[in-house]
Amino acid sequence: MSILIYAVVALTLIGVIAAALLYFTAQKFKVEEDERIGKVAALLPGANCGGCGLAGCRNLAEAIVKRGDIDGPSCPVGGNEVMTKIASVIGVEAVAAVPKVAVVRCAGSFAAAKSKSQYDGIQSCAYANSLFSGESGCRYGCLGCGDCTRACKFDAISIDKTTGLPVVDDEKCTGCGACARACPRSIIELRNKGPKNRRVFVSCVNAEKGAVAKKNCDNACIGCGKCVKVCPFEAISLDKNHAYIDFNKCKMCRKCVEECPTGAIHAVNFPPKKVVETPQNVVNVEN
Amino acid sequence: MLKTFKKGGVHPPDNKISRNAAIETFPIPEIAYIYLNQHLGAPAKAVVQKGDKVKVGDLIAEASSFMSANIHSSVSGTVEKVDEWIDASGYKVPTVIIKVEGDEWNESIDRSPELVSEIKLDKQQIVAKMKEMGIVGLGGAAFPTHVKYAIPEGKTAEYLIINGVECEPYLTSDYRLMMEHSDEIIVGIQIQMKALGTNQAFLGIENNKPEAIELLTEKASHVEGITVVPLKMKYPQGAEKQLIKAITGREVPSGRLPIDVGCVVDNVGTSYATYYAVQKNQPLFERIVTVTGYPVRKPSNFLVRTGTPISKMLEAVNPDYDNCGKVISGGPMMGKALVSLDVAVTKGTSGVLMMTKGESQRHEEQNCIRCGKCLDACPMGLEPYLIASYSKLQNWDKVEEAHVMDCIECGSCQFTCPSFRPLVDYIRVGKRTVGQIIRSRNIKK
Repeated sequence: MSILIYAVVALTLIGVIAAALLYFTAQKFKVEEDERIGKVAALLPGANCGGCGLAGCRNLAEAIVKRGDIDGPSCPVGGNEVMTKIASVIGVEAVAAVPKVAVVRCAGSFAAAKSKSQYDGIQSCAYANSLFSGESGCRYGCLGCGDCTRACKFDAISIDKTTGLPVVDDEKCTGCGACARACPRSIIELRNKGPKNRRVFVSCVNAEKGAVAKKNCDNACIGCGKCVKVCPFEAISLDKNHAYIDFNKCKMCRKCVEECPTGAIHAVNFPPKKVVETPQNVVNVEN
Repeated sequence: MLKTFKKGGVHPPDNKISRNAAIETFPIPEIAYIYLNQHLGAPAKAVVQKGDKVKVGDLIAEASSFMSANIHSSVSGTVEKVDEWIDASGYKVPTVIIKVEGDEWNESIDRSPELVSEIKLDKQQIVAKMKEMGIVGLGGAAFPTHVKYAIPEGKTAEYLIINGVECEPYLTSDYRLMMEHSDEIIVGIQIQMKALGTNQAFLGIENNKPEAIELLTEKASHVEGITVVPLKMKYPQGAEKQLIKAITGREVPSGRLPIDVGCVVDNVGTSYATYYAVQKNQPLFERIVTVTGYPVRKPSNFLVRTGTPISKMLEAVNPDYDNCGKVISGGPMMGKALVSLDVAVTKGTSGVLMMTKGESQRHEEQNCIRCGKCLDACPMGLEPYLIASYSKLQNWDKVEEAHVMDCIECGSCQFTCPSFRPLVDYIRVGKRTVGQIIRSRNIKK
């Protein structure tokens, strides 16, 4: 009988000592983690797609909690719905983000920017960029090796074989910005998707003087400043020999598009302009 | 048994088809494009403006920092503009464009043909002269020579090693220089020895140039301290670290400089330029350039003024353009394919090579079969296949761990690769990126 008592006492003692040890160790080496990280991570889709630009959903949750607001990297897949929920978890008010889309700001197609040399090296823009200014000679233009297409997780950007330029699929693009980061020449920009996907933008980032730019590419912005003058909303600025349209100020009047002498300003997804039937027009048709 | 370096190396066919072409003075171009970044380090700052009249040898741009070099006009005429012009990097760089009028030289240059063998200047004066005359290493990297000769405190240059190896296939500019201007080279070496305060110099020449070995051994026998070392042919013996290993048996540790093992290495061309700078007061504005390759009907070695467009030189050698796939600035192993023939000659241009369509054809890149040939070929003992793979995956930490910064970009790995992988291209981008990461890390510290 006594053996039984000893055993019970001994085991209880060991248990108490071990519990105390564990308790103090746990206190000593406690890792403090913001409980919100777990909550935010639970709200995210959990696909670890990397669309936010971070390695996975957990990393995004950490980044959001660390910032304390939702203005930084966001989840393009979850969209406004998920981000609103996250905002309430971290205690900030969510402002519905304007949907963004990737815009390729280069119009140096095969026809416009004639090749002066031939590149047969590694088919990657990052490598080509380290070797030369480009087949057309424009050191700001698209190299056409498709680093952006490989960076896209949503199959939204592809190289058009006829022009050699990347084309963005508005429907598929989530505005994550992976392509913009992959582009060694910072040609791709995230711009407001715009009402009915309508956008007006300058499709050139060439910082060389007009004459030099024009020599390499017919569609280059030559920095003439005509668009700046014609814009009634002061949305266009001229810097480093090329124009830039501020998408927050642009009201899509398209006056600049008509004014541009090189066709560097693009207006996309607008319905074709109706031809006003002036008497002269009618006469012409009849003839 | 001839000396050579132990680790790695390859034996590309040497193709020195221009070896018997004597040096010809190339006519002065109508317009000279003189780049402001002809050397390693910061670009020089232009001191001339549009409309200024310049003479041959006038300073047109001065060194902008310690690691930079002066640049002199190679022609006489009027500065048309200070603008940008395409160079061998494939990008436009700051350039002084001069319209040539006549050939009037700066009066301070001694143009007499006599050999001046008496060295009057002392140690400091010689280094100052090198700096003033814009002398840079003519082996290819164009490292400012006065920086190399500023020996850090606590270190001594035991040996001066002169590089007459010319291990790049096709190129013969150093060989012709040694054959035709050996006296100037010997005096140049003596000047360099005096500047370093050493009494031992070795001149390394590979055994595919027996005439040069014979001639210079004879010339060096009249002078104290200079030993000609015949070397067994192996690429890349002309690389600084490999040459030190071959001649002295010393190994430069990773991340260190030749001076850490008591050596200073210079090209024969630099000795020649040093002779002219110190004895004749002539700045560095011309050099020997080999124009060669199988499409070239008349392989030549020209004495060319810097700023001469390469297209002019090609016209002179009557090439078969139809059979030309690529034009390369430098040799086939380390040279760079040119984007445009408007590119002009710089202080570092050792040759212009035209490749036939067949030679320049790239093979399709295949998967690495882990054969390890690149490991055997690498003279720096690196693992090229591994660095290239990491670089392709943009895993820069691993690229750095694999000692990418020790790579000398000699191209031996790519030369031996049976899968035709563009290893050097991948490694070069990795090296550049890691270099930037290291620099930004050092700034943060």
